Amino acid sequence: MASFVKFTINGKTCLAEEGAQLVEAAKENGIYIPTLCNYPGIPPKGSCRICTVLVNGIGQTACTTKVVEGMTVQTSTPELEEFRKSVIEILFAEGNHLCPSCEKSGSCELQALAYRYRVTVPHFPYLFPKRDVEAWHPKLVKDHNRCIQCKRCIRGIRNGKGQALFAFGKRGDKVVINIDPETSRDISDALAQEAMDMCPVGAILRKEKGFDVPIGKRKFDRQPIGSDIQA
Amino acid sequence: MAKKIIATTSLAGCFGCHMSILDIDERILDLIELVEFNKSPIDDIKTFTKECDIGIIEGGCCNDENVHTLLEFRKHCKTLVVIGECAMMGGLPSMRNTIPLKECLDEAYLNGPTVADCNPQKIIPNDPDIPKILNRVYPCHEIVKIDVFLPGCPPRADLIWDALVALVTGAELKLPYTTFKFD
Ligand code: SF4
Ligand code: SF4
Repeated sequence: MASFVKFTINGKTCLAEEGAQLVEAAKENGIYIPTLCNYPGIPPKGSCRICTVLVNGIGQTACTTKVVEGMTVQTSTPELEEFRKSVIEILFAEGNHLCPSCEKSGSCELQALAYRYRVTVPHFPYLFPKRDVEAWHPKLVKDHNRCIQCKRCIRGIRNGKGQALFAFGKRGDKVVINIDPETSRDISDALAQEAMDMCPVGAILRKEKGFDVPIGKRKFDRQPIGSDIQA
Repeated sequence: MAKKIIATTSLAGCFGCHMSILDIDERILDLIELVEFNKSPIDDIKTFTKECDIGIIEGGCCNDENVHTLLEFRKHCKTLVVIGECAMMGGLPSMRNTIPLKECLDEAYLNGPTVADCNPQKIIPNDPDIPKILNRVYPCHEIVKIDVFLPGCPPRADLIWDALVALVTGAELKLPYTTFKFD
């Protein structure tokens, strides 16, 4: 039988299986820690930093932290909240996010975090980088303007033979996430949908799909992201 | 109480945000009790004739006239409010920002499929009366200090109404979740 450990989040005593991921353990205890590059069921990466919390007073990403007996966690301090806002602002300034013309608008996790934190304009200048839209793949569209390089698609999407559909090319601020033309050619509609759903933003889209949920009924139109975990 | 004075303008926008101001419907009658309009396309006053309490800006800056107007608004308005995605991040016009200006102009006036025959002298409009186009489209806050941001494409009429009421009455400005949207 799994052994349980006791720890505190924001002063509240919590229980979770030893070694559980802090983000998940918090969720089970009714506490929302904002995430973006993390996705349940795939290996965590700790790349977006938005889930940064204080563990025994030290900042670390909750998606790559395992719970241990007696740890104290703080998920929300003025500094942490300001830091999270900055992460959101950087991602908006760094890409080209024209929400009014984006198929993912209303169901996009980056946008939803901006809504939750009422982020309006970034404190950083918009970079307007030149990026491509790959519309030549048979089943998918890759819009690099909106990619936040979270690499969820690389970690989470495989075809029937276990081959990855996505891979990254180049390095540093030039990094691009590519669709492999070979492995993606004959994918099922279900897998294409899975890829689109796994992408937190509108960077992976199914062809001939989009704008099919009316405004007002999309995922984050009425309820902030995280409100299903913590009211 | 003296009426607050409001000015509005549309820079590189589509007037959709101004439509959304009108979308407050019959509440415009309440508004007119509380405020007086100065420079604005709504009353067609072209230049500032008074110092204003609130300036409302739609659209970003794509040419030198936009910049001039924005600086005038900053000078004459105590509180500057930008409304809409174009004012906040450039919006649709900023889709040209990743393409060099010369390429944009060449495509629009010389090489585009619809201009081939109708511009035989190959002129890119250069009359001194035409505002000069900027190298790229700039969001308003990258040019002057902005006090209040109301997002949306266009911002929901209720968001504009709530913000106006707060600014006119001095109440706390709230940005309710259901009307704070980027589309
Ligand atoms: S991916 Fe999200 S943030 Fe980016 S344009 Fe689309 S809706 Fe907006
Ligand atoms: S395509 Fe989507 S899932 Fe893949 S790295 Fe970019 S934002 Fe993340």
